Amino acid sequence: MATIIIPTPLRKFTNNDARLEVKAGDIQGTIRELTQHFPGLAKHLLDEQGQIRSFLNIFVGDDDIRDLQHEKTVVQDNAVISIVPAIAGGIQI
Amino acid sequence: MSVENISFSKEELARYNRHIIIPAFGIEAQRKLKASKVLVIGSGGLGSPVLLYLAAAGVGTIGIVDFDVVDDSNLQRQVLFGVQEIGQPKVEAAKKRLAALNPHIRLQLYNTHLNSQNALDIIREYDVVADGTDNFPTRYLVNDACVLLDKPNVYASIFQFEGQASVFNYVNKDGERGPNYRDLYPTPPPPGLVPSCAEGGVLGVLPGIIGSLQALEVIKVITGVGETLSGRFYIFDALNFESRTFRIKRRSDNPINGEHPTITELIDYEQFCGMRAVEEKPLREITVRELYDWQVNGEKFQLVDVREPHEYDIVNIGATLIPLGTIAEHAGQITRDLPVVVHCKAGSRSATAIRELEQKFGFTNLYNLKGGILAYIDEVQPELTKY
Repeated sequence: MATIIIPTPLRKFTNNDARLEVKAGDIQGTIRELTQHFPGLAKHLLDEQGQIRSFLNIFVGDDDIRDLQHEKTVVQDNAVISIVPAIAGGIQI
Repeated sequence: MSVENISFSKEELARYNRHIIIPAFGIEAQRKLKASKVLVIGSGGLGSPVLLYLAAAGVGTIGIVDFDVVDDSNLQRQVLFGVQEIGQPKVEAAKKRLAALNPHIRLQLYNTHLNSQNALDIIREYDVVADGTDNFPTRYLVNDACVLLDKPNVYASIFQFEGQASVFNYVNKDGERGPNYRDLYPTPPPPGLVPSCAEGGVLGVLPGIIGSLQALEVIKVITGVGETLSGRFYIFDALNFESRTFRIKRRSDNPINGEHPTITELIDYEQFCGMRAVEEKPLREITVRELYDWQVNGEKFQLVDVREPHEYDIVNIGATLIPLGTIAEHAGQITRDLPVVVHCKAGSRSATAIRELEQKFGFTNLYNLKGGILAYIDEVQPELTKY
């Protein structure tokens, strides 16, 4: 299993879970699994076209998936995936 | 002045002794600090520790940009200010505190809202920018201005329990330029996904932690000591005390300095972000019923009417007449010791007057009469003349 770290503002959609275990595979599959479990997350993670929103960065380990294979980036067992939204003081996603 | 020509007085040498005796820092790095000019944008939660540490460290010239006045809700995290400063412009209050901390530095104040018209002129004068803004339009504005002017931009941002930091647009010793904010986040969140300020909030100590890291990075950028966060993106989660540092890179599709730049000058950032840079605080209001209660109960307050004299002649409720256009020059007639109810015909001009008095003069005791004199006539004194 891989671990996905949910940022604080999105934890209200994951029953306040900060870390979730997901099946290894690729990022697309991980996001799909996540939004199936927590439908409230979908609007915040994906735009109308189903693409990952551009104010969210997803890192696998230390690397931005845009420097890997984007949504096709392979998620190994034991990988740590971080979702990091743009933040600016008092306002946030 | 070139770094070689920088000298220190006996007092300065004593003050900076703990820097100078660090072998990897020394008098050379201290000279670079004294020769440097740093612009700190925002003197709030992040700006407070940044300013305190940069002033203490001996950065020779510090510019401070902030349009706001100190509010009692700031004191939970903005450690530059105290109770006595409530109502004062933040830049003035900051200057007082920093000058007391280090009289050997120069402080330059910009009591203004940074925007596309003034950003280049202000930032141009500085070597390094520390961005401690609290909104996306100003964030992108500062980023783009720094790229256009070729200035390193030390970035930090906070929200609730999380903080972020990086160094943008930094050219390293090998002449390689690092990424900027648009490489990291090409676009801001759409306004629909931004909750109101009331849902936001921030743990007071968090900007202290992240702002201190920001000050550290400014000092490293200036002195060349150590490895900056350029090309790395640091995040801190105060709730579980975890920090992570990610690798970030420049992107070819960056619209300001990618392969095919489309942004060659500053744009309208409020339009780009679909939101206002300055979130207006809600006005304190009073209803005509409440005003009537104050009157009959003999409460002590001042009533100010900001309509024109000819309107006042038609009908008035005994207020001090200060027409909106002259409010600034007659601000001295408005008391600060009692609640002040400001009214006009229907409530709009009085709201404008209150905003002006709060922003320019730091009033904190003003109430807008909801519905103005028309509502007062309708509900309290129907025998008066309506117009």
